[in-house]
Amino acid sequence: MSKSASDVVITGVGIVTCLGVGVEAHVAALSGPDAPAVRVETEKFAPYPVHPLPEIDWSQQISKKDQRQMENWQRLGVFAAGLALDDSGFKDNAEAVGSMDMIVAAGGGERDINVDSLIVDEGLKRNDRENLLNEKLTTELRPTLFLAQLSNLMAGNISIVHKVTGSSRTFMGEEGAGISAVETAFARIKAGQSTHTLVGGAFSAERIDILLLIEAIQGHSRGEWQPLWSRKPEEGGGMILGSVGAFLMLESRAHAEARGAKIYAVIDDIEGDRGSREDGKLETRLSRLLDKAKALPADDTVVFSGTTGFHDLAAREKAVLGDALPGRPVRAYGGVSGHGVEAQFPLGLAFAALALGAKAMVPAFDAAHEAAMTGPARHAVVTTVGHARGEGVALLSADA
Amino acid sequence: MTASSFRDHLGRPLVAVTGMGVVTSLGQGLADNWAALTSGKSGIRKISRFPTDGLSTRISGMIDFIDIPAPNAVERSYAFARETTTEALAQAGLSGDFNGPLFLAAPPIEPEWNARFELADRAGPSEKPGDAYDRFLAAMRERPDPTFHEAILFGAISERLADRFGTRGLPVTLSTACASGATAIQLGIEAIRQGRTDRALTVATDGSVSAEALIRFSLLSALSTQNEPPEKASKPFSKDRDGFVIAEGAATLVLESLESAVARGAKVLGIMKGCGEKADHFHRTRSSPDGGPAIATIRAALEDAGLTPEEIGYINAHGTSTPENDKMEYNSMFAVFGEKLAGIPVSSNKSMIGHTLTAAGAVEAVFSLQTMLTGTLPPTINYNNPDPAIVLDVVPNVKREARVSAVLSNSFGFGGQNASLVMAAEPA
Repeated sequence: MSKSASDVVITGVGIVTCLGVGVEAHVAALSGPDAPAVRVETEKFAPYPVHPLPEIDWSQQISKKDQRQMENWQRLGVFAAGLALDDSGFKDNAEAVGSMDMIVAAGGGERDINVDSLIVDEGLKRNDRENLLNEKLTTELRPTLFLAQLSNLMAGNISIVHKVTGSSRTFMGEEGAGISAVETAFARIKAGQSTHTLVGGAFSAERIDILLLIEAIQGHSRGEWQPLWSRKPEEGGGMILGSVGAFLMLESRAHAEARGAKIYAVIDDIEGDRGSREDGKLETRLSRLLDKAKALPADDTVVFSGTTGFHDLAAREKAVLGDALPGRPVRAYGGVSGHGVEAQFPLGLAFAALALGAKAMVPAFDAAHEAAMTGPARHAVVTTVGHARGEGVALLSADA
Repeated sequence: MTASSFRDHLGRPLVAVTGMGVVTSLGQGLADNWAALTSGKSGIRKISRFPTDGLSTRISGMIDFIDIPAPNAVERSYAFARETTTEALAQAGLSGDFNGPLFLAAPPIEPEWNARFELADRAGPSEKPGDAYDRFLAAMRERPDPTFHEAILFGAISERLADRFGTRGLPVTLSTACASGATAIQLGIEAIRQGRTDRALTVATDGSVSAEALIRFSLLSALSTQNEPPEKASKPFSKDRDGFVIAEGAATLVLESLESAVARGAKVLGIMKGCGEKADHFHRTRSSPDGGPAIATIRAALEDAGLTPEEIGYINAHGTSTPENDKMEYNSMFAVFGEKLAGIPVSSNKSMIGHTLTAAGAVEAVFSLQTMLTGTLPPTINYNNPDPAIVLDVVPNVKREARVSAVLSNSFGFGGQNASLVMAAEPA
């Protein structure tokens, strides 16, 4: 593809998963001879395994004072955003962050499990539950917890901590939020409406209130961890959540080259869609989203699939990928990071950017089901099929 | 019209508004709302949806006149949005699939308390303090509850709107707190300017008032506690203002490139001339004391619109009636408009409808456009004790007839969110 000043390039990656903190740990995971060793927490939320946070020193990105204003969900986003700023060279550049646009894909923050438990337990003994709510919420809720729960306060905290203040927009809606966030940032830069945009999200899996969301449809894998494509219906729904933070610095090529920034990869195309998944409509839609990817060479293209691991959805996506992109190795990255919901699609782009930047031969994450690469990655396709709705596909290529 | 008349000062497609719909505590539909708003009526009432015993704030601007199948924030927010979108599309003369993107400002969603109580009822007994969610999970392993799941998905409202109105692509569901409605419109404007689409459906809805929502804002000392009488509590720019009144509402605006609107013979209700935004890094709930980001936001909107401050004939203020917002907003407007500000009418719809939170920016954009269409400025009611530090023509208590050709509307929110819109009368 010929280069253009309005190309959208990735010049910074901020990534945190159970595999580690930052670019180096993840490039290592993407370049090794074998699947990276995953970390799984199987006891704390048994019977549900989750991919936990790696060892992390919040103070590297967030002052103690600001840390106290947040719970881990927001901390993780603010931390990963800071890594992306560091990596892009924009950190502490007042002019750059002061004019930087930001789109954050967010769910909601942690609830106070003890207060909720106190109220429902008291409620079992009383029949004036609404009055009980008023009594308990008025006395037990911490005023600042509201701000730790508010969706747009991850972005708000990024503004406070890192001074990113050109603009601040928060997108919601599970996996679709992450797709729309990157799609919108891409379209704005292409059209000259933004020169540099910080985009991404974070998800905290180590919270029992969020496990309930997925178990309401019996979506979790249970028991021991298995590689993603190897999970069996008798071991639960197939999803293992992961604590992940993924932020990208997107720039126009003109903006990036003018400051001599390193370029991990170019985003060539991205599109999200939605609709009924009945009667083959998911397959038709996904195949259409993959149309442009069909021309990519088989020997240097890698597909980062963001599949949730839900058995039916995973099998259907795998079949579409097999038909549309035969011979291109697929890497179900949620198998090693855990599923990151709002952050899942940005996380896939982070993996793709790092793989392309490092010209990696990405090892199979589930060797029984994923083919080996035959050469270094020059092109990447990122997919995300939302656990309830929404699909997105991005195409990336190496810059040089 | 010549081709150049479809482009703005920067050569971008002009964005027309061809349909509007609104619901607030004053009623359903633009006609009823406008009649009430220009009569100085208040929609603020004593709360009846849930008991308010022991609460310091017992009033709100809720909407309980639209039928919903289940009492939760998703159903309510969807129903409001469905109604305003139906109204807006009818006014735009559009039927069948909309075939453009959907930008939806929607409130953050959490499970309703009755859903937690129901789960507790069917789950096993507590074995140790703080184990409610362990029991909830065990109950879900016994029997899943897809209705519970769907009721707490942030994407559930836009999904239903997209199906119902045939929008195209993946809808954006967004939150920029109390600036959300303006941000939805901004995304629509941007999409048309990008040339990605000729039309965009921009919707903002908030049906999320519950005991917990009310108490959360109360704990931050954001709400008025002047409960008696309810309709007098919201008094923007008054000396004795003491907080906002929480409220519900929704609005839909159909945006189209002026060129395509004219081509299909649609009636143009107004032009979305410009939008501006600037985030604030000062504090999670408070604005920079110097108003810097709000000032930058207003200036950015004027610049984007290609208008000078002198060309603004009316300002639809954010005007929440909190001590801090109104002062900050005044200072910011003064910084931009200078001594001329005293001569520009500035009113706050929130004096009558309260603060519709996620919906406010879009609700107030509809009223801003209606101001230009009708030549009537809605008043700021309850203005009997002016704040001497805020010298504004707030259109006190009674509507005023005035022809206005350009309006500024401000929205500011928690988390350092600031967005302003500049709207202009149809250029005929």
